[in-house]
Amino acid sequence: MAGAKEIRTQIKSIQNTRKITKAMEMVAASKMRRAQDRMNASRPYAQKMRSVVGHVANGHLEYKHPYTIERPTVKKVGYIIISTDRGLCGGLNVNLFKTAFQDIAKWKAQGVEVEIAVFGNKAANTFRRYGLAAQKTHMGDAPKIADMVGTIKVMLDAYAEGKIDRLYMVENEFVNSMTQRPQVTQLIPIAPIKDEAMNHYWDYIYEPESKGVIDALMQRYIESLVYQGVVENVACEMAARMVAMKSASDNAGKMINDLKLVYNKARQAAITQEISEIVGGAAAV
Amino acid sequence: MASTIQLEVVTAEQKLFSGLVEKVVAPGAMGDLGIYPQHTQLISRLRAGELKYTTPEGTQSLFVSGGVLEVQPTLVTVLADTGMRAEDLDAQAAQDAIKHAEDALQGKDPEDLDYEAIQAELEAAKAQMEMLHRIGKVRGR
Repeated sequence: MAGAKEIRTQIKSIQNTRKITKAMEMVAASKMRRAQDRMNASRPYAQKMRSVVGHVANGHLEYKHPYTIERPTVKKVGYIIISTDRGLCGGLNVNLFKTAFQDIAKWKAQGVEVEIAVFGNKAANTFRRYGLAAQKTHMGDAPKIADMVGTIKVMLDAYAEGKIDRLYMVENEFVNSMTQRPQVTQLIPIAPIKDEAMNHYWDYIYEPESKGVIDALMQRYIESLVYQGVVENVACEMAARMVAMKSASDNAGKMINDLKLVYNKARQAAITQEISEIVGGAAAV
Repeated sequence: MASTIQLEVVTAEQKLFSGLVEKVVAPGAMGDLGIYPQHTQLISRLRAGELKYTTPEGTQSLFVSGGVLEVQPTLVTVLADTGMRAEDLDAQAAQDAIKHAEDALQGKDPEDLDYEAIQAELEAAKAQMEMLHRIGKVRGR
């Protein structure tokens, strides 16, 4: 029975691997549900924020915030790239980075420099050679806004100082648990949403003065967009991991079946051989 | 029929309230603001405190701390940094937060201290306690 023992140990080891991938699949599934809840919970804030900023962009304000002004020449653009901390989540990060690289290449072709800030370990490793302006990793499954403000502030300060002229965010959009789509969102300058109903001339009453309020609002607006992006990316990570682990478990099952077939064939062949040897031996006597 | 105004109260983590109300009293940075329907456009920062709104069923209150308030003639949007419903306020947690912030202000090296953040934390916790006293969850002082 040549190789039967080897095949048996191989089956055993694949069975163990399948146990692990199965467990990871179930963990990812339950974490995904929680991440999705968090994503949905933070959505109203982002929506309301967007509508308020939309009002602000449509008003005739005494103070025009720098984030609403488009700079005529672009010398350097900033990117905030949101990735996962850990791997084993299929092509999620690879697809995201491909989108980011394409976008960066487009700017580079026009002679525009880039400045990059990242969330997540995977992006930190991939984009290290660009020289990262800021990075934040290991925020856990329930990221807090307080952990992100530092990195966001670095990029907003860079914009305020004129070091960058535009700011983009690259993150995964959660379409459903099977599909995640990488996308590039423009954060600054804020694209105004035109609303005909608000076309008449009006301005706010400010408390305290206009600059402080609008500054606070704009900063929160950007923070809320990035927070939404990070939370959404966690949901994407879990969904992608669930799918990847499911297909790994399925593949392991297929391999076990194949190996079992090989093993049984070898066993049968050995038995057949033994019988024919005995029969042959008896005939010779 | 009493006229009404749409009120939306959201924090980054959750939506606290959405519906038609007759009157809103919000803790603006320069003092409390009373807002009735058809109020002119106004935008204000919020401090920590009690946000009261009156619906036909009665008056309810929420705790908000920090953020921005925007008023349009038919819409009030409260974008709070943190917020919770009055019944979720926890006296013990608020007291702990006050103590924690005061310790932080006294104890450590003043160089590596983020005064603004701790001050804000302290104010938020104190405002919570004040609100708890007012709604009668904690007795005596």
